[in-house]
This record gives sequence, structure tokens and C-alpha cells, in this order.
Amino acid sequence: MLEAGTPVRIRAMSPPGHLRTPFYLRGKTGTIERHLGPFENPEQRAYALPAPQKQLYRVRFTMAELWGAEAEHPEDTLDAEIYEHWIEAPHAA
Amino acid sequence: MPHDHHDHDHDHLSPSGHPYRVDNDAPLSYWQVMEIAIRELMIEKGEVTAAQITAQIDAMDARSPANGAQVVARAWDEPAFHAALMTDAAQATREMGFDIGPMNLVAVENTADIHNVVVCTLCSCYPRNLLGLPPDWYKTRAYRSRTVKEPRAVLAEFGLTLPAQTTVRVHDSTADMRYIVLPARPAGTEGWSQDRLAALVTRDSMIGTGLPKAPE
Repeated sequence: MLEAGTPVRIRAMSPPGHLRTPFYLRGKTGTIERHLGPFENPEQRAYALPAPQKQLYRVRFTMAELWGAEAEHPEDTLDAEIYEHWIEAPHAA
Repeated sequence: MPHDHHDHDHDHLSPSGHPYRVDNDAPLSYWQVMEIAIRELMIEKGEVTAAQITAQIDAMDARSPANGAQVVARAWDEPAFHAALMTDAAQATREMGFDIGPMNLVAVENTADIHNVVVCTLCSCYPRNLLGLPPDWYKTRAYRSRTVKEPRAVLAEFGLTLPAQTTVRVHDSTADMRYIVLPARPAGTEGWSQDRLAALVTRDSMIGTGLPKAPE
């Protein structure tokens, strides 16, 4: 389980199917805002398939990280819910 | 005939000068047919009754931002409830007596330095079980795509221009949580009853695209 404040990177993958990780967050680095608990993975549930439970987190990003020089106000933040299998250590390639 | 004196170009306008809504004469869509078929089958098989379906639609339509306003007013007034709401907003709301079903709810609080705003970029996730149906603009591509990229410009179009020293926190409702903004209590409301406070809480102030009304 990841603690609040842990730096994380969102995996930059594009598997087919129903996904809940928006494209604009893939490959971006943020920090765990809070752990939300285990939830049935919507990537399977969307197809009425057996859905294993996955840990869900809120991850906080800075607008500077998401939008670079185009950021409207770099210190503003964005929080999103991300499942554990989309999260990797920030140094991972 | 009342329309005889009009040009033909104006025949599609109502007497008040507004266009008539187009009649929905198109055939049912695939999913509309599917919904009717499944509903009728479930009634025929005795899984649900037509009265239960009507009652559930009525219950959904009865939900409104007034519910959320009561929650916000109580959080402003009672420190213990405020703490419970920030810890688990769904549980605190249920204990207050609102039937929100299985919804998971997170309250995010505005302060002197922080302004929160909620969006769902993937679809239209919204705390319907507490606040009722979302406004149409909440579901538009413009609101969904722009709020994560230029929230201050979007808020300014709602009439809310935030100072540079305020941090904007955008919450993208991507999975299982729903969000309600707990706006900051307006100054000049010390000693007010919860009912009086609730009258200041607007729908938009709980989405984050507005602020509560100022006391008059």
C-alpha cells in the first residue's frame, strides 16, 4: 500500500478496452494524495467480466507537470483517481 | 389564423418569438429499444413492478442541490459534523438521513488559500445521489476538456475570478469517487441557523464553479 506523499508515475500504456486513466495523465509524475481502498477493476466490470479488486488512489499532479510551459498557473493542482496497476515508481522507464 | 400575418420564415417561431423545439419523430435508437425490452421483460418476469420503477424515477427526480446545501450548512455550523464529513463524506451524509445508496463521496474544502473545482473528463460522474442530475454544461466536452487545462479561464467565464495567490485544485472524477466542494462560509453569517445558511449554498458552489451567495 502506498502512503500519502509517495511520488509516483502513471504508466504510459495504451491497452484496448474500457479504461479510467485519462490520456493526459499517462507518463506524468505526481504524488499519492490518499489511499481510497480496494474496488472492483472497472476495466473488467465494464464488460460484466469477473473483476478482481484493485487498490485505488488519488494522485495529485501540478499543472506544470501536466501542461509544461502551457500551464495556466503552474502551482495549481489536479487530483485524479488511479488504480494501482497504472502506477509505477517515478524512476521507471 | 393567428399566423396568417407572419412571413413564412417566421413559422417556426412561437408567439413569444422563440423557436419551437423539434418534435422527436425519429425512430427509437438501438439502446432505447434495448431499455424498453429489458424493462418489459423484468416486469413480465416479476423481477420488478412498473410502480417500483416509477417510484425510483420519482426518488431520483426528488434529489436536488437543496440536499447538499443542508450538508454544507451543517458542516459550517457543527465542528464534529465537519470533521466527520471530511473523513468520510458518504457515511456522514447517510447518517444525516440522505439515501445516497452505495455512492462513495469525498468532500473537498475551500479555504482562504485554496479553491476546489470538480470535473469528470471521461464522462459525467457527479454526486447525483445527493445533488440530483448534473447541469447540462457539466457534461459538455468544453467544460470537461478545458477545466483540467485552464480552470481559471473557465471559472472566470462563470463569473468567478480568483486571485493569483489562491491555489486552484481541480478534481477529475475518474473512477469510483464522487466529489462535493465544501465552500468557505461567507463572512457576516455568525450565529445564523442552518436553514438560513443553507439558503446561501448554490449548486455551483458545491461543484466549485461558483461561491455561496453573500448575506443580504
